[in-house]
Amino acid sequence: MVREITGEIMDEIAKTAEDMAKEQRAVSVSEFFEKNRHLLGYDNLTRALLTVVKELVDNSLDACEEARIIPRIWIEVKPNGTDRFRVMVKDNGPGMVDKQIPTTLGKLLYGSKFFRLRQSRGQQGIGGSGAILYAQLTTGKPTSIVSSTGNGKSSFYELMIDVKKNEPEIISHQLVSDGKIWHGMKIEMEVEGRYIESKRSIPEYIKQVAIGNPYADITFEGPNGKVEFPRGANILPPLSKEIMPHPHGIELGILRRMLKATKSRTIASFLTNDFSRIGAGTAKEICKLAGIDHKISPQRLEVADSEKLFRAMQKVKLVRPPTDCLSPLGKNLLIRGLQNQFKAEFFAAVTRQPEVYRGNPFQVEVAVAYGGELPQEGSVEVIRLSNRVPLIYQEGDCAITKSVVGTDWRRYGLTQSGRSLPVGPAVILVHLASVWVPFVSESKQAIASYPVIIKEIKLALQEIGRQLQHHVAGKRREEMQQRRREIFDRYLPEVAKAVADLTNKKPEPILEKLKNMVKKSTKAVVDGRGKEETGKSG
Amino acid sequence: MVEVKKRLENLGEDVLSDIEKNKNPDIDIPVRSLSNVIFDEKTKQLTLGDKSSKRFLFNVAHAKPFMQTMLVAALCKELQGQGIHTSLRDLFYALKRTLTGSDENTFDEQSESDPIIVDLEVSLDVLREQLHLNADVRGRVVGNVVIKDRGDTIDWSKLGSGGWAIPSNVEDLTFKSVDADYVLVMEKNAAFERLHEDKFWQKQNCILVTTQGQAARGPRRLIQRLSTDYKLPVFVFTDADSYGWYIYSVIKYGSISLAHISERLGCPTAKFIGLTISDIDEFKLQGFTIKAKEVDIKRAHEMLKYDWFQHPAWQKELKLMIERKVKAELEALSGRGLKFMTEVYLPTKIKKKEFLP
Repeated sequence: MVREITGEIMDEIAKTAEDMAKEQRAVSVSEFFEKNRHLLGYDNLTRALLTVVKELVDNSLDACEEARIIPRIWIEVKPNGTDRFRVMVKDNGPGMVDKQIPTTLGKLLYGSKFFRLRQSRGQQGIGGSGAILYAQLTTGKPTSIVSSTGNGKSSFYELMIDVKKNEPEIISHQLVSDGKIWHGMKIEMEVEGRYIESKRSIPEYIKQVAIGNPYADITFEGPNGKVEFPRGANILPPLSKEIMPHPHGIELGILRRMLKATKSRTIASFLTNDFSRIGAGTAKEICKLAGIDHKISPQRLEVADSEKLFRAMQKVKLVRPPTDCLSPLGKNLLIRGLQNQFKAEFFAAVTRQPEVYRGNPFQVEVAVAYGGELPQEGSVEVIRLSNRVPLIYQEGDCAITKSVVGTDWRRYGLTQSGRSLPVGPAVILVHLASVWVPFVSESKQAIASYPVIIKEIKLALQEIGRQLQHHVAGKRREEMQQRRREIFDRYLPEVAKAVADLTNKKPEPILEKLKNMVKKSTKAVVDGRGKEETGKSG
Repeated sequence: MVEVKKRLENLGEDVLSDIEKNKNPDIDIPVRSLSNVIFDEKTKQLTLGDKSSKRFLFNVAHAKPFMQTMLVAALCKELQGQGIHTSLRDLFYALKRTLTGSDENTFDEQSESDPIIVDLEVSLDVLREQLHLNADVRGRVVGNVVIKDRGDTIDWSKLGSGGWAIPSNVEDLTFKSVDADYVLVMEKNAAFERLHEDKFWQKQNCILVTTQGQAARGPRRLIQRLSTDYKLPVFVFTDADSYGWYIYSVIKYGSISLAHISERLGCPTAKFIGLTISDIDEFKLQGFTIKAKEVDIKRAHEMLKYDWFQHPAWQKELKLMIERKVKAELEALSGRGLKFMTEVYLPTKIKKKEFLP
């Protein structure tokens, strides 16, 4: 039913809109976070505690890898009253320069990671400061930070965030020349949360971190005791290179921000300097296509023209982005990671060649563990990693889960009904490495289902599936042969005795001969299967 | 019999030679099913075709029957050596044991060892009797006949109400005197009792035989000997249904499962005296019939296709049964009076020579 809108009501609506406009003001990122914390993974107590640990651990691992330090990480989660926990994460990373600590951690969307394109764990500049903000929102307590860069000085900070201004609020600060030579960072905070040890839990997350980062040495001390995750390898994967964005992978808003921020003096040099795969010729071609002067300053470009420029950039043919910016774990580390946590009988891993979605390079890796002490019943365990970070929640929305259930595992030796997770004693690990992982939401728990991503994951799963099938078939063949041998062995003494009775010989040599035939799996024994052969007798 | 022992030994030698050559040992066994049974029009007998199957030791599905065949063969050789006989049941118990290191038995039921014995019979082309194996005693006989069996002289006319129980092996039996005009064979024990009590065999000067259901080897061989040695006509008297008629065909032509010995057991001159479905009308038995069951009808359909039931008279009876969904037991005749069978039905049939081929 449509209500007829009278003139009177029209006036009323117009007036309300005007009032609302007057009340509108800039909402700071911190305020936005405060109101929408569920978007960032703080929607319930259990998940919030996990998110805090996860953000701090991600930062530590990123810092270590960038400084080429083999990571050593200590994690503590200790209860402090009902639904309250003290969380501490300490690393042996490069540490942080004293002055940079407040701005890096006390301000949302600040950080080195935002404008660059490089494979790293964080990419939004929310992680660490988000956790600090969550601590102050739930317990009102500041976060304490201790850091040193190995120069004999240690920085001590107590930080909070000024939500309105999105600025760090330093509660206390000390730079002590204590002469202690160490590098690393220790962050400690008190948050509201709830601790569990089931499927989507902190121990499970840390176990998966250990699998995805087998070169890291992790100690976890939780409410129920200490667990060590010793390092399984002493090599770091190669450091990923930073690349300029590819024109086909950016959005209009980002282009506008880049236009404002660039140091280039002309559009042509902006295009060649700030993007990958654009040479002088292509830059001119883009400007011509957009109908704008390639010599004008990027800052002066009209809003309408920036849109034309954006369109032209999408139209020109370009070489695909460089892929040496990616740092996959590689076959050995993948297998090492699984071997460290699972007692299985068979391991295999596959690293695909890099591919590109919307101008962003990415690479898929898959590994599998099978048999051994893995549980025979129930669905397989699926470990989802993006840039070596375990994804714990939202598995149903994730391209990885969709690819796993969309693969026919029955032909690879597992059981599966319809489009569901396969059943069998197996762990399937999928790692997506990319300079920009497309998540379905800010809480970064599910990878968006771009067709090319799904396709790559499926191809990798099929490749690993074939290896798995080969193993399972071999094992089944061996089991069948074993069963056959057992059956034969059981009847042989009777047969030998009967034959001996019929031929007036001794049974022992006959039995010996028969047993040998079975033991050596002679052709006669292996071939003797199938239905009764019917033929004409002479 | 030296020959039988030799054949058993040869079976062992063949298997042993395969083992020595690292070959998968096998036993060749002729197939005993309808697909390999041929009805010989000339001899009027069911005979075995030349299809055979191999039973291998190293084949998961064959290994156990292979072992069982060898066990039975070895025991049979022992019987030959010692010159003693045993029953099918005794053989089963003599061979039944638990295999070392398992909870599996060599044989679980006698129904497993019985077919293995027949396998051995057809495979070696010897008779069960020659293997010194006896079946249970089934079937009885009465009449003016004197025989000698294991040294005893037995007069079939002087055995009271029970008659003489026919042993499974009648090979060594000798006839001293046979005074009869024909042999009347019936499926049912009750009919035998009736005719015996009514002194039918004395009045009609005949020999009465009851097979007590499907005819065992002993009675079949005995009937055949009376038919061939003394040229006595044989009349078979069964229920009017597919099962009764099949009993008749087994006595006359042999059976599918024992097609290899039809020659020794079949009695091609036998004739069918009754009951037929047509008798129901002719002898006014309408009130005493039974409704045919699903299985009876199914069996009748199968028999319609058998080569040895192609005679128009039999096709007619089978079709009548299917059409009217009715059958009649020998007891139906008692519906017309207790002595109707002995005083009216059988004399009428024999007098009029109303037989089915």
